Amino acid sequence: MFGFLKKTATEQHTPEKTGWLSRLKSSLVRTGGQLSELFGRGGKIDEDLYEELETILITADVGMDATRFLLAELRHYVKVQHLTEAGQLKEALAHCLLKLLKPLAQPLETGTYQPFVIMLCGVNGAGKTTSIGKLTRYFQGQGKSVLLAAGDTFRAAAREQLMEWGARNNVTVIAQQGGDPAAVIYDAVQAAMARKIDVVLADTAGRLTTQAHLMEEIKKVKRVIAKALPDGQARLPLSNFPPQAGERTNESLRESGSSAPHEVLLVLDANTGQNALSQVKAFGDALGVTGLVLTKLDGTAKGGVIAAIAKAHPIPVRFIGVGEGLDDLRPFVAEDFVSALLGLDND
Amino acid sequence: MLDNLTQRLSGVIKNLRGQARLTESNIQDALREVRLALLEADVALPVVKEFTAQVKQAALGQEVIGNLNPGQALIGVVHRELARLMGEANAGINLATVPPAVILMAGLQGAGKTTTSGKLARLMREQMKKKILLVSCDVYRPAAIEQLRTLAQQLEIDFFASDISQKPRDIALAAQDYARKHHHDVLIVDTAGRLAIDAAMMEEIQQLHAALKPIETLFVVDAMTGQDAVNTAKAFGAALPLTGIILTKLDGDARGGAALSVRHITGKPIKFVGVSEKLNGLEAFHPERMASRILGMGDVLSLIEEAQREVDHAEAEKLAQKVKKGEGFDLNDFKMQIVQMRKMGGVSALMDKLPAQLSQAAAGSKVDDKSISRIEGIINSMTPRERSHPELIKASRKRRIAAGAGVQVMHVNQLLNQFEQTQKMMKMFSKGGMAKMMRGMKGMLPGMGR
Repeated sequence: MFGFLKKTATEQHTPEKTGWLSRLKSSLVRTGGQLSELFGRGGKIDEDLYEELETILITADVGMDATRFLLAELRHYVKVQHLTEAGQLKEALAHCLLKLLKPLAQPLETGTYQPFVIMLCGVNGAGKTTSIGKLTRYFQGQGKSVLLAAGDTFRAAAREQLMEWGARNNVTVIAQQGGDPAAVIYDAVQAAMARKIDVVLADTAGRLTTQAHLMEEIKKVKRVIAKALPDGQARLPLSNFPPQAGERTNESLRESGSSAPHEVLLVLDANTGQNALSQVKAFGDALGVTGLVLTKLDGTAKGGVIAAIAKAHPIPVRFIGVGEGLDDLRPFVAEDFVSALLGLDND
Repeated sequence: MLDNLTQRLSGVIKNLRGQARLTESNIQDALREVRLALLEADVALPVVKEFTAQVKQAALGQEVIGNLNPGQALIGVVHRELARLMGEANAGINLATVPPAVILMAGLQGAGKTTTSGKLARLMREQMKKKILLVSCDVYRPAAIEQLRTLAQQLEIDFFASDISQKPRDIALAAQDYARKHHHDVLIVDTAGRLAIDAAMMEEIQQLHAALKPIETLFVVDAMTGQDAVNTAKAFGAALPLTGIILTKLDGDARGGAALSVRHITGKPIKFVGVSEKLNGLEAFHPERMASRILGMGDVLSLIEEAQREVDHAEAEKLAQKVKKGEGFDLNDFKMQIVQMRKMGGVSALMDKLPAQLSQAAAGSKVDDKSISRIEGIINSMTPRERSHPELIKASRKRRIAAGAGVQVMHVNQLLNQFEQTQKMMKMFSKGGMAKMMRGMKGMLPGMGR
C-alpha cells in the first residue's frame, strides 16, 4: 500500500519536476562533480579521503564549523554501518547532509491569514526586488491575489524596478515618491485589507547589518506593519469556513500572535560566504526572521552555505533560486537539493 | 571593516607575544590559526594554502636573527605577505588614451556595479576634475537604466539615455560617439550583472569590450563573496582582459577574504573599495593599510586623508584663529566639530578605522552616533547667547534646555562637563581643527609610522 502511495506521488510531480531538478543539478554541478570524482575513484575509506572531502566541503562554503560537524557525523555513520569502500561514502554523506538539512525544508503556508503579509529584508544586492517579482508569479500560480509594497524608498529607481515587476505580473504596486518605507507598507496593508488581497509582498531597502540606524529603521517598519494589521484583524480565508477540526478559528487568532507581518523572509545571495551566518543572526535578532530565500544558486561552487546555516541558525529555507527565469524560484526540498548537490541519480 | 579577521589574527599574535621564543611548534600553532582565520574569512582554499606556505617559509628563513621579540617578527612576515598578496602599490585609474577614456564595469548580479559607476564618476570629477558621461547597457534588469539615470541626476553628471529595446553594443557605441562629440574625458559603461557560466552573456560583454576598446575594464566584486570568488574571478579574467578590481560593501561585517582571493587569482590590482551607501563612499585601496588593518593595526592613515577631504577648511581655519587668539572655544565650535565628524561618516565610520584594541576601548566609552545626535539636539535647544557663554547655563536654563531637547537635565549636565573637557583639550593645541588633531593621533599610535 505504501508502495502504491509513493508511486502516485512521484508520478504527479514528474513532468515539470524533472526540468527543475535538472536545472538544480546543473547549478550545483561543480560540487557534485568534485564529489563524484572523489567517490568514484574507488578504494577504501581512509584519512586521505576524509581530508579531501573536507577540502571540497570548505570550498563549497559549508564553513569550518559545519564541515567538522558533518565529518564527525559521517565517521560515526561509517562506523555504525560498517562501511569500508569509498563508493559507499556518497550515500553515507547524503544521509548525513539530509539529516542536517531536512529540518529546514518547511514550505511557506500562506493560507492561514488574509491578507498574508510577507516582509522581505536583506543586504544590498541580495536580490530582494527580483525575488518579489518571482514570488508574485509563484503565488499567482497558486491562484492567489498579490499586492506589492515598494518599501525601498532609498535606492535609486528601486520603486520603478518593483513597478515594472508589478506591470509584468499585472498586480497592483503601492508606492510613493520618496517618503517613509513604513508608511508605504502600512498603506499597502490597508489597501490589501480593503481589496481582500491574499498575499502582500513588502520590499525593503537593502542594508548592511553593521548600519545600526538602518537596522533600527527596519525594526520600525516591522512594528508599523504590526499596527496596520494587529492581532485578530487578519481574517481566515472564506474557503476555510466552517473551520475544520483542529484548525485555527478567528477566536483563536485573536489570542495568538496573528499580527502582520506573518512571515519575515531574509533574502541571501548564495555567492555570500560565511558572512551569510552573520546576516542570518543580525536580521534574526532585529526582526525575528521566519524564513530564508537563497538566491543566485546557479553558478558554480555554491549551496554549501545552507549547511552552514542549518548548523548555526536553523531557520526554514522557504525558497531557492537557480536561474533568472520567472519560474526559477521554488520551494526548498531537502531531498532534491542533496541529490543535486551530490550528483546522485534521481530515483 | 574586516573586523573578524582582524580580531582572530590579533588573538594569534597575542598568544605569540607571550612566547619567549619562536619555535617550530608555536609557528605551527599560529599558522594553523592563521589558516583557519583566513578560511573563516572566506579566503579561497587554494589561496590560503599558498599564503600559509609562504608565511612559514619566510618566517623560518629569518628565524633567530637576534630579534628581541619573535612575535613581532612573525607579525612582520604575515603583514608583508598579506600586503604583497593584495598587491604592492596603490594603482589609480588609467586615463592615458585619446578621450573619451572608456571604463567598462563587469561583475555578478548584485555586486554593486551601478552604484559603483555613480560613485566612480563622482570620485573622478571631484579628485581628477574630469568631465564624465555615464551610460547603462543593462537592458535586462527592470529599471536598471532608471537607477543610473537617477544617480547621475543626483550627482549632476551627464547621462546618456538608453532604452531596453536597444542592443547593449549599439547603446555603448552611440554613447561613445556622443562623448567624443561633447568632449567628455571619461565614459563609464555600466553593464548587466552576469554569471560567469552564462556563455551567451559572457559573449555579449566580450563583444562590448571589443567594440569599445576600454582602457579600464573593472571587475566589481562583493566583499561578502565566499569561496566561489575564485571561480568567478577566474572566469571573468579569462573572458575579459581585466585591468582592475573594485571591492564593494566593505562597510559590512564581512571578513573580506574575497579581496585576497580575487586579487591573487586575477593578478589585477584592487583599485577602489566601496565603504558606504552614500555616493562619496568610494575610497582608494591601499594594500599596506589593508594588511595593517587585518592585523589589528588600524587604518589611521585613511582616516587622516578623509578628515582632510571632508573637513571644511574655512571653518577649521576660523576655529584655529579663535583658539590661537585665546578666545574661548564655545558651544558653537563644539557643534561645528560634531557636524564635521558627521561629514566623515559618523562615529561608527571613525571607529572602524581605529586599531582593534583602540576601537574596543572606544566602544566601551559608549560614544555612538545616537549620543552624538543627542548632543546636537541639546545644543540646538540653547539660545545663541548660551552657546557662546556656556557659563550662563544654570539650573533653570538647564531645565528649559532639557525640555526643549526632550532629554533629562542629567544629559545637559553631561554635555556641559564634556564640553569643559574639550575646551581644556583645545587649549592644548595652539592651532588646527579636526585634521590637526588627527595628525596628532598618528604620533600616538605605535606601528603606524611605516
